[in-house]
Amino acid sequence: MSLLRVDNLSVSFHTRNGSHQAVKDVSFTVKPREITAIIGESGSGKSVSCYAMLGLVPSPPGRIDSGTALFEGADLLALSERELRAIRGRDIAMIFQDPMTCLNPFMTIGQQLIEPLQLHKGLSKKEAKERAIELLDEVGIRSPADTFDSYPHEFSGGMRQRVMIAMALINEPKLLIADEPTTALDVTIQAQILRLIADLQKNRDIGVLFISHDLAVVADIANQIIVMEQGVMVEQGSPDAIFNHAQHPYTQKLLAAIPSGQREAARVDPDPLIKVSGLKTWFYPSNAKDPVKAVDDVSLEINRGEVLGLVGESGSGKSTLGRSLLRLAPITGGSVTFDGTDVTALEGSALKEFRRRMQMIFQDPFASLNPRMTVYDTLAEPLLLHKICDRKNLDATIATLMDDVGLARAFIRKYPHEFSGGQRQRIAIGRALATKPEFIVADEPVSALDVTIQAQILELLASLGREHGLTMLFVSHDMAVIRQIADRVMVMYQGKLVEQGTAQAVFENPQQAYTQALLASIPGAATASAT
Amino acid sequence: MLRFMLIRILQALPVIFVVITATFFLVRSAPGGPFDQEKVVIPEVKKALEAQYKLDLPLHEQYFAYLSDLAQGDLGPSFKYPGRSVNEILFSGLPVTAELGLYALLIALCIGVSAGVFASLRPNTAQDYVPMSLAMIGICMPSFLLGPLLVLVFGIWLDWLPITGWGDIPGDKILPSITLGSAYAAYIARLSRAGMLEILSQDYIRTARAKGLPEWQVVTRHALRGGLIPVIAFLGPAFAGLLAGSFVVETIFQIPGLGRFYVQAAFNRDYTMILGTTVFLSTLIVFFNLVSDITAAWLNPRLRAQFKGGSQ
Repeated sequence: MSLLRVDNLSVSFHTRNGSHQAVKDVSFTVKPREITAIIGESGSGKSVSCYAMLGLVPSPPGRIDSGTALFEGADLLALSERELRAIRGRDIAMIFQDPMTCLNPFMTIGQQLIEPLQLHKGLSKKEAKERAIELLDEVGIRSPADTFDSYPHEFSGGMRQRVMIAMALINEPKLLIADEPTTALDVTIQAQILRLIADLQKNRDIGVLFISHDLAVVADIANQIIVMEQGVMVEQGSPDAIFNHAQHPYTQKLLAAIPSGQREAARVDPDPLIKVSGLKTWFYPSNAKDPVKAVDDVSLEINRGEVLGLVGESGSGKSTLGRSLLRLAPITGGSVTFDGTDVTALEGSALKEFRRRMQMIFQDPFASLNPRMTVYDTLAEPLLLHKICDRKNLDATIATLMDDVGLARAFIRKYPHEFSGGQRQRIAIGRALATKPEFIVADEPVSALDVTIQAQILELLASLGREHGLTMLFVSHDMAVIRQIADRVMVMYQGKLVEQGTAQAVFENPQQAYTQALLASIPGAATASAT
Repeated sequence: MLRFMLIRILQALPVIFVVITATFFLVRSAPGGPFDQEKVVIPEVKKALEAQYKLDLPLHEQYFAYLSDLAQGDLGPSFKYPGRSVNEILFSGLPVTAELGLYALLIALCIGVSAGVFASLRPNTAQDYVPMSLAMIGICMPSFLLGPLLVLVFGIWLDWLPITGWGDIPGDKILPSITLGSAYAAYIARLSRAGMLEILSQDYIRTARAKGLPEWQVVTRHALRGGLIPVIAFLGPAFAGLLAGSFVVETIFQIPGLGRFYVQAAFNRDYTMILGTTVFLSTLIVFFNLVSDITAAWLNPRLRAQFKGGSQ
């Protein structure tokens, strides 16, 4: 007996720019008391299928072309808006990807929590409040009675996601749809939230439909996995079947893209290109007495030709450290020496020359490329600014750069919005390489990308590093990615370095409790070690 | 919070000072003076008049004398209405103008917000295009055209409403308030449409729908508060603008408000009257801007927390 049974669901979008079939003939079932996971990359139609069932796809432009979705005997797709509303939030509840934007910033947590109770159960404000406080306690919010009147901005991302979960569960739904509920969270928080969802599911006997782009995330919790590609369901089966006996090439590709394995052990002689001693970067917010110590007394060395992985959660100061090395963030104290020169106090043309030799790749290629410049302009700017080549050789140099980062030369006159995320990151890498730098800070360069693209970009970075003899500081929150690319690893926590060593040493024999916690929270660790 | 307000008030003082100084020298640099008339005045009389109003002093001394009077809250005597001070005239006209402005603002709010919200619910359909086209017409239509049109239709053809006066006949306040408020209604409609469209595309609106809330509750409970913040920020400047811009409407409908004195003062070279009105209105504009900024910030919980932090 299934809780939800979807048959031949097709959804398309019709806009002035043409039609687009987002979901094609998708059929699946969700059993009660089980977690069913839908896996796919962005644009695979995994979220659209779920929103369509609940009438949450805006129409126009969205249109449900065919299909049925039987939930407890009623076809959700045939219900009127009024009947559907009675089910939404009562029998089927949802949690969403980004807890930072999914709670109303103008209403207190309490007001938002009791809304479904008042709406569907007709509870009085007082009864609803008692129930809400109980549930806040259950999802692990400390002193729930006091936080009842707080606003969302007073909570961290993980705490907001807990509030979202409480809000979804408050009416004891039979089916919970979780749309990428941990994607926007740090790894340790992600592990906590995953455990919370799994526990709540067991205690309450509900069915869960878990949408994710990350196979590893669902490996430990799902009973059934459905893989979608470009609107089509390509494979479904138990986690064991998917992980060990994947049939469809796309599933195999997804599996291969899960960052795994490690680099060959360091082949580098200790010849430090960069020496950092006692580096401090403090910020002074206007309304706080104490400075924010983003980077606090950090000393490290990066050897020539080495990839140093820097791991930490958001707020640990890892990005600020990377920026400080390039003098993109203010340096409060300490020194940074690059190839024997103290760059802490460089100004003017000396700083410009130094900037040529050090480049940065940013996390979000959507935001860090100027939308009004073509690829050609973006790549030409640093070349001309630093007089790497003259105008005569410009076209040839740019064409070589495009080849290097694996972009077709035909794209040269296109603007950033015409590219996919992975291609954009290739442009950003090309821009960083243009000045023939010796040192690159890569700040979360793959965390905004889909897994298969992520694997390609990591490979590109590694091979470019070898070819050009680059020294790299690779900043990431993702231990698995770091393991794949780094020779040595440093772990940062609250502005301080807590552990460093060769990649092998840190991963296989972590000394600090924090590092151990980070490693334990890598999703899919249990499944991966079992196979 | 207090610190924020104090800083804003301190910032406003130089603005008002510059307004006073510029106005003072500009009106005096215009050709003609308060006592140059077609009727020839005997030179001795003119001299005596000028002495009485300190017009015989060098310009900079006049300026400093005016500033010191102003510091004590005295806007000086009117040149054209002998025996009456500018303060007196201002405060006799102000209640009427303020009442007119308030009604106009209320009308603008009611029409503007409902039209804007209505349009935002179904963007790029007839439900959006019709009210927004009307709003565009409303913005483009000057009050000296709309006023007489309304008078013609509702006052003369239909004979429903009185066409002049203020508070004399029941209903005589309706047409002037609509005439004055319509442009602002149109502007508010556009602001609230844009604000609502932005909020309705937010993720938390999807959350609200996922809870099963009916659409009207999604709009009233979840979207309005954020969507109308731009409107609230606009209300301050709007009210000040209504007060300062009411003279056309006051002239059309024969209303004894502030605006008429202002315009007549300019024709009459009534230096103190022009200056007094300008200073008074610019102070009001600064004040209402401050009030609406604070209100808009207060409605945003995140900014509110910052204010609380700042006042400690």
